[in-house]
Amino acid sequence: MKTPFFAAALAVFRKDALTEFRSRELVGAMGLFALLSVLIFSFALELNRQARFEAVSGVLWVTVVFASILGLNRSLAMERDQGNLDALLLAPISRSAVYAGKLAGNFLFTLIVGLALAFIITILYNIPLFSGWLILVLCLGTLGFSGIGTLLAAMTVQTRARETLLPILMLPVVLPLLIAAVRASSGILNGAPTDDWLPWVSILIVVAFIYVILSFWLFEFVVEE
Amino acid sequence: MSAVTQAPLTPTAPGERTTPASAKRPLLLTILTIVTTILVVISLYMALAYAGQEADQGDVQRIFYIHVSAFAGAFIAFGIGVIGGIAYLVRRNPRWDRLAVSGIEVGFALALVNLFTGMAWARPIWNTWWTWDPRLTSAAIMVLTYAAYFMLRNGIENADTRRRFASVYGILAFSTVIITFVIIRIRPDTIHPAVIGASPQNAEGGFRLAPSMLATLSYSMVVWSVFIPWVLIWWRLRLENLNERVNALRAKALEE
Repeated sequence: MKTPFFAAALAVFRKDALTEFRSRELVGAMGLFALLSVLIFSFALELNRQARFEAVSGVLWVTVVFASILGLNRSLAMERDQGNLDALLLAPISRSAVYAGKLAGNFLFTLIVGLALAFIITILYNIPLFSGWLILVLCLGTLGFSGIGTLLAAMTVQTRARETLLPILMLPVVLPLLIAAVRASSGILNGAPTDDWLPWVSILIVVAFIYVILSFWLFEFVVEE
Repeated sequence: MSAVTQAPLTPTAPGERTTPASAKRPLLLTILTIVTTILVVISLYMALAYAGQEADQGDVQRIFYIHVSAFAGAFIAFGIGVIGGIAYLVRRNPRWDRLAVSGIEVGFALALVNLFTGMAWARPIWNTWWTWDPRLTSAAIMVLTYAAYFMLRNGIENADTRRRFASVYGILAFSTVIITFVIIRIRPDTIHPAVIGASPQNAEGGFRLAPSMLATLSYSMVVWSVFIPWVLIWWRLRLENLNERVNALRAKALEE
């Protein structure tokens, strides 16, 4: 008797959300990292008013990617170290439901950090980042990163090199998402005409969904044994 | 391909001195290697002498026959890597993983040929070895993705896990190949010319093909995308099979 897909995915998600709510481990680490990264960028690039405007979408997305790598490593390592992954695999639920649950959790935590980051940048760089389109782009980019990242992190936590391997595997594969996200958000920020950046949003949608579907299908091969 | 992927794991009794059949080089492979060598020599002759000289770029343009064909070969070889990966995940026969790793290694070598010939062409035409053009960037990322594939393989001790993860990542990595292929069609700001189909507006160094050039290009495309990957993957597969055999024998020797 298998637990239905949505109930199982929801249970995995609720477990992650509850753990996170009590420990605040992931969002805390990712948020602090994001704040530090924004500060370091502004010193390292010596950003003045004009340069800030040009660099801001790059700073935003690079920080989101690195923060999500940090969170993904932690999120999957936690499952493995405390033996919960084995328990989940023993449970009468489909593997895809485990993926969907983990993805929902990772997506939510990264999105919270991304929104906090947009807020930090709005204040520290004095560039208003909160517009409907930009939040949509942030959601889509984060969805793509978490989608592929959950799959790859499930792989890398089972290898010898562990934390070191995830960025090496993940960065080249997420590059299409990153290009589209940076292009779309800098277009939106610079007030360019809609026709200039809307194609990037559609590329982002297509690539994010291809990655999520592909990872959804491939996940069951990653967590057997 | 089925003859190519034949696994050589026929157990030999201890003390037996006979060489297994698969350790001998198949006749077809020898013939194919010689034929391919001749075909490559002909394609070099066609590229260097037969094809007409390009009006603006002169002899530099001749490198393009190798540059474009090498990418076609890499595309085919990476594609074989994906097929091997999917077939392994479905069938769980280690042969398919050996085919996948052979395809990807050959594709990696051909992608490097593509990258370096491109740089050699860009120096006189664009006046720089490298520029952060979308096409060049995506090609570099493609090479790095496959470098990550080899790192992933090296990072896993358990053979079954290694095969599974490598297959999964090989399938994902192919997305960068597709991106490299389509990017000059979707990014209008690239300066890389497209030979098949319309070039982007601000492409630098594009040209039209005269009949002798078209003949040379078509011929070397066939050589580089059929014969070179075929021969190289076959050789690489034999090496992988022998490796596997050595490991099996070593494990057996340690047991005794």
